[in-house]
Amino acid sequence: MDQLFVNLKNMALHLIGVFAPDWLVSLSSILISVGAMTFLGIFIMMYLTLMERKVIGRMQNRIGPNRVGKWGLLQPVADAIKMLTKEDIVPEPADRLLHFLAPVMIVIPALLIFAVIPFGRNMTALDLNVGLLYFFAMSSTTTMVIFMAGWGSRNKYASLGGMRSVAQMISYEVPMVLSVVPVLLSVGSLSTGKIVEAQADLWFVLTPWGFFACVIFFLCGVAECNRSPFDLPEAESEIVAGFHTEFSGMKFALFYMAEFMNAFSIAALTATLFLGGWQGPLLPSWLWFILKTYSLLFVMMWFRGTLPRLRADQMMGLAWKFLLPLALVNILAAGLHLYLGGPAGFASALIILLGSFMGLSKVNRSYVPEKREYVLAD
Amino acid sequence: MESLQVLVKAGIYILMAAGSLAAIGAVFFPNLFYAGLSLAGVLICVAGIYLSAGADFLAMVQILIYVGAVMTLIIYAIMLTNIEEIKVSHLGIKQILLSILAVSGFAVLTASAILSIDWRPLSGQNRLEVHELGAALMSRYIFPFEVLGILLFAVLIGAIVIARKDKV
Repeated sequence: MDQLFVNLKNMALHLIGVFAPDWLVSLSSILISVGAMTFLGIFIMMYLTLMERKVIGRMQNRIGPNRVGKWGLLQPVADAIKMLTKEDIVPEPADRLLHFLAPVMIVIPALLIFAVIPFGRNMTALDLNVGLLYFFAMSSTTTMVIFMAGWGSRNKYASLGGMRSVAQMISYEVPMVLSVVPVLLSVGSLSTGKIVEAQADLWFVLTPWGFFACVIFFLCGVAECNRSPFDLPEAESEIVAGFHTEFSGMKFALFYMAEFMNAFSIAALTATLFLGGWQGPLLPSWLWFILKTYSLLFVMMWFRGTLPRLRADQMMGLAWKFLLPLALVNILAAGLHLYLGGPAGFASALIILLGSFMGLSKVNRSYVPEKREYVLAD
Repeated sequence: MESLQVLVKAGIYILMAAGSLAAIGAVFFPNLFYAGLSLAGVLICVAGIYLSAGADFLAMVQILIYVGAVMTLIIYAIMLTNIEEIKVSHLGIKQILLSILAVSGFAVLTASAILSIDWRPLSGQNRLEVHELGAALMSRYIFPFEVLGILLFAVLIGAIVIARKDKV
């Protein structure tokens, strides 16, 4: 069961090998992996929309989609058909080339990231030895595409959304990259496969630095993919829909798709880096991975269902004044833990982290004016 | 395996051609935004060439720093200026002559550097692991590394000083 998909691929390759030359077999090995990743991306996005609507619906005391198919299971298909048949509107002053290119190009990095995610034992499409750096490099190109979309629409709301998004993504990338450093210190490799293997005995989230790094990484990840409560670039109540205001039909759907795929890869990466990836007892490895990833995605939807949107200055303050110093202290704590080792290292890391957490939250406390007492005249 | 090698080679040539085309575009596009995007295309193609040469780390850093950070900054700067108001300025003969001189000087320099390198592939393993890179930075190249650190620190402080509100 554990190696189900790996065996399936090997069987297919074996079948091809019966009548085809060697080079065709290696080519089809590549194509099978690429095809699987692509279909997985689309499939995940379609059913994440359904899951999001169902979960949010339940949180708001509704049932959510339930008319198309059993439990609304065919709703994503209906949505896709609707999106594909909708009219494609390009605003008259828009830059036609950029308006066309932006939605196409935003999906590319989102799909490329899937290549380094270890979906299970021996199930990484491309186990690069710089896997983690690859993830950061690919996700950093998204910023430019969002900018293209905002600028190409020639719409002030779109431009504002693009600018907000760039400011947000650049700010949150800093603590995000720094929060991963302790993991690299501990594992000594950037390869996602090696990181998962290093967590065979102990998931990193169970160490003090791992816990803080996990929370920082996850929060920054939520901000990176513009999800609530960090959805300022597309805040409906302020700037219509942000950078994708002027996109309709399938172009809009592509933005939506990239967003959901990014959310999935953030959840998957958090699971890989801190929650032990595919490690787990009894169940097959890929099932463990899916379970962990989807519970993190559920947390993201929970955020959306419960938290109000942050104000721009609160959001920037969180990244620069709270998460960044905490991530830096975290590197120190991880170094101490790894250098001292044993209970002494654990305790010192915990003390440093808790102390700085309390200190930072005290320094960052927003100003609350004293309660005024109104004395009514007799 | 032969056919696959041919495919890979064709891919590398396509990458190089695309990079050169984008470089020409970066120079000749009258629209600054397009020129900036072409520059990003050049940088991505160069990263692809690094990848094909087995320099994974360099390729990823190239994309992360140049495409992710520097290009975003350049495009941000372009976006803050109103594109329609920028007029293409015509260069005088003096400027053209000067630039030709400068460019040819640079071309001679790069050509001499390119010709002086022995382009045969290194024997044995030439794929550098990331931890070897880190070890080299911390031992053999510690001095330039520290100097760069001080430089960046000074830049950071300078940026804060410039961005700080003046006390009234």
